[in-house]
Amino acid sequence: MTDEPRKIRIDVLRYRPEQDKEPVWEEFTVPFTDDMSVLQGLQYIKDELDGTLSFRWSCRMAICGSCGMMIGGEPKLGCKTFLRDYYPYGLRVEPLAHFPIERDLVVGVEDFIGKLETITPYLVPREARTLEEGEYLQTPAQLEQFLQFSSCINCMLCYAACPQYGLDPHFTGPGLLALLHRYNADSRDGASAERMQLVHAEEGVWSCTAVGYCSEVCPKGVDPANAVNQNKTASAMDYFLRFVAPKGTDK
Amino acid sequence: MSARKPYIRSMDAWWLRDSFFVRYMLREATALFVVAYALVLLAGVVCLARGPTAYQAWLRILATPWSIALHVVLLLVFLYHTWSWFRIMPKTMSLILPSGKHLSPALVTTAGLLAAALLCIGLFLAVRL
Repeated sequence: MTDEPRKIRIDVLRYRPEQDKEPVWEEFTVPFTDDMSVLQGLQYIKDELDGTLSFRWSCRMAICGSCGMMIGGEPKLGCKTFLRDYYPYGLRVEPLAHFPIERDLVVGVEDFIGKLETITPYLVPREARTLEEGEYLQTPAQLEQFLQFSSCINCMLCYAACPQYGLDPHFTGPGLLALLHRYNADSRDGASAERMQLVHAEEGVWSCTAVGYCSEVCPKGVDPANAVNQNKTASAMDYFLRFVAPKGTDK
Repeated sequence: MSARKPYIRSMDAWWLRDSFFVRYMLREATALFVVAYALVLLAGVVCLARGPTAYQAWLRILATPWSIALHVVLLLVFLYHTWSWFRIMPKTMSLILPSGKHLSPALVTTAGLLAAALLCIGLFLAVRL
């Protein structure tokens, strides 16, 4: 190919805490080919135009969840979004909405990681088994109950899509409630009663107002709005069933 | 000393940021129209309790062109309200049957809309007959 590469304008929202009072837009012009992602566009800027530009990335193939950012105003993975789709108008790239900006496209994730630690994001065996007793068996139908929710890569796009999280960061948020549901819906797990305490809280499912954008933006096909809203039913059932069954139900 | 100075962006006018949020706010705003129509009906009940003269006066107000125009607007808003209601219904239930099969969200929405339409037609016929 001897054709000159096409050029696209990328506006990046920059914030350098040592010099900027607030974020400022900076314009870059980047040559690109059809197979170049937005992440590659940013890498071109860093390598060729301005080495001070900061952004997170790792795997380049939508599995590590590091390069979430607002692209054209929507939460997207930089590696899974292509520059060609924004040609010839160009695109705006901003750090993920609803998170504090640390520097340029890097946001603070302490809140998310802190909450992740509270949801017991691992299997707690329902019953102890010795090695001799073999593995914990599960039918394909039991697997289906949680499989979709286990695809979460913690990219936090759903948090950038959730105005309730933006308005009140105490909200546990869509991604973590979906991940919590992934373990609660697993037939081998025995810790759902503890996790339901987080679900019942106002910061749990009851802060959700069913906007539903979280499920639209998920790059892995997870439906967090479904996990959150079916747990509203579960939480309400638990509340009313305690009058019937003294200890309530697990789910 | 840490050089960190995290910047927190404003949430002012957040609902204008994305067309998805605008549609969400429209859906939520339809609830105000539901309240408005509940008040119209409540006024009817109060008039009915006050006697035939008051009830006839309420019926006359309902028959004015302004009232009919209001009802047309309310009907259109209610149709959007109903559609948006059943559109999020699949989000409120498990779409995975105990057999492991998946229910299609569109099927749940369509079933809800059909059930609502049939109930309305049934109620209308029961009142008219």
